[in-house]
Amino acid sequence: MTPTLTISRLTKRFQAVEALKSVSLALEPGRRAALLGHNGAGKSTMMKIVLGLIPFDSGEVSVCGMAPGSPAARTQVAYLPENVAFHPALTGEEQLRHYLALRGESPRLATELLARVGLGHAARRRIGTYSKGMRQRVGLAQTLIGRPRLLVLDEPTSGLDPVSRRDFYDLLDGLAAEGTAILLSSHVLTEVEARTDRILILSGGELVAEGTLADLRTRAALPVGLSVRPAPGHAPALAAMFPEGVQGEDGLLRLGCSQPEKLPLLARIAALGSAVADLDVIPPSLEDIYSHFSRRDGQ
Amino acid sequence: MNRILATAAGEFRIAFRNRWVSIATGMMVLFALVLAAAGSAPTGDVGVDRLSVTVASLTSLAVYLVPLLALLMSFDAVAGEVERGTLPLLLTYPVSRLQILLGKLLAHLAILGLAVTLGYGAAALAAVWFDPGATAGLGALWRLIWSSVLLGATFLGTGYALSALARRPSGAAGLAIALWLVAVVLYDLALLALIVTDRGGAFTTQALPVALLANPADAFRVFNLSAAQAVSAAGGLGGAAGTIPLWQSSASLLLWPLAAIALAAAAFRKVTP
Repeated sequence: MTPTLTISRLTKRFQAVEALKSVSLALEPGRRAALLGHNGAGKSTMMKIVLGLIPFDSGEVSVCGMAPGSPAARTQVAYLPENVAFHPALTGEEQLRHYLALRGESPRLATELLARVGLGHAARRRIGTYSKGMRQRVGLAQTLIGRPRLLVLDEPTSGLDPVSRRDFYDLLDGLAAEGTAILLSSHVLTEVEARTDRILILSGGELVAEGTLADLRTRAALPVGLSVRPAPGHAPALAAMFPEGVQGEDGLLRLGCSQPEKLPLLARIAALGSAVADLDVIPPSLEDIYSHFSRRDGQ
Repeated sequence: MNRILATAAGEFRIAFRNRWVSIATGMMVLFALVLAAAGSAPTGDVGVDRLSVTVASLTSLAVYLVPLLALLMSFDAVAGEVERGTLPLLLTYPVSRLQILLGKLLAHLAILGLAVTLGYGAAALAAVWFDPGATAGLGALWRLIWSSVLLGATFLGTGYALSALARRPSGAAGLAIALWLVAVVLYDLALLALIVTDRGGAFTTQALPVALLANPADAFRVFNLSAAQAVSAAGGLGGAAGTIPLWQSSASLLLWPLAAIALAAAAFRKVTP
């Protein structure tokens, strides 16, 4: 399948700072990729280059086979900026009618689009009276105009409550199923974990990791945590058996081991029988994996 | 074209909500009526109809007011979008920067056109009310309206250029006021000072016509006064109007808006969101 978005050896400098260092990636139709990284890691810079808003120094970027920001590419791409803003004097409906007209679509679709993002009741109110979450939903509504082949979403769920977030990802699933490629950035790692196909981690302008969550988990090979609750009176005996463990003030004994050691360790604990009251296995979280990769380069 | 019209419709709505339409119209009507009332006394023996005299007074008013209104409406055009954070999203839409500017221009010109038509119209009604023969001056009134719109276009375009150069509304407002002071007030004062020191020498005969044509506000004044042959009714620099051929002042009036829009487009192209 021809990728919707191809980036190869993209480099961008702001005076002395290298914002992006030889970044390469490809995004196929219908795939949802999450871009993770600290503030200043280059996420927004990369998105603005893909949109053609800022120039780049070297490398190649191709959006639907066209130069980024060219008039033809702009008809295929929709964008939701971080902290999206609109003119406060316009109503949500008027703002969307304007955006529809700019994309050559019928302004009458505005009501339907607002209803899709749950703003039907506020369509005729001025955006100046909207909450941040409502503005964000106007922003989402305008990305649904036409049939964009690439969606670029910068922190799309910031300001949304948990229910709206779920609705939003449902909308994205629908678009992806129709073949839209989606590139989004987020700080909320748990939702990224569940609702995207691929994770890209940017650190200091470099793409330090790329793959599915399972890939990244295997590659990071982070220790698994085990939390053991001793049966009453057995705590000293357990602590003596596992001298590497840390005894917490809550009475829990915390152990760590590598992935291959996990099952043998579980067998040893299970063999203790009634000396153990309870046992929890804590796999490395996405936060741990993310910190592992984004810190690798001296951060 | 549809994108320009859509942008214009949005801008007009915003200007209407921000009361710019009523402020501009109210200001023009008020000043025009004051002028009509104040100028009604000494007309009887000039030998021209009352409306033509009113038009000559309105010309002097428009030279100040039209550029001011145009700059007030335009200084926020680009800098405001930058400050509100609405520009990056707009620029990812399939609409060119020139189309955005032309859309804004169309909306602002419509407001300006409405304001001057109603303002001058009110003064004209007053003139015709007192002197039925004043209808002879309707041609001059019509000329004043369309040349005011052209003068407005020049200052709207320059306002957009300043807005794009400043990138902050506060800076753009300062630049706009400075431009108005220099182009409309200080320029004429400097010319007057030069005429006085020159005492009818080479400056007054050679350089003055060029200097008047080079300033859109002066070209506007010269055009309207010489076209109406109302030079005698106007004092000051307007007296020089008789020496400048009509085609030259009208060319200046027509070329300035184009130059201003080109300048605005060039400045806007340099803005990175």
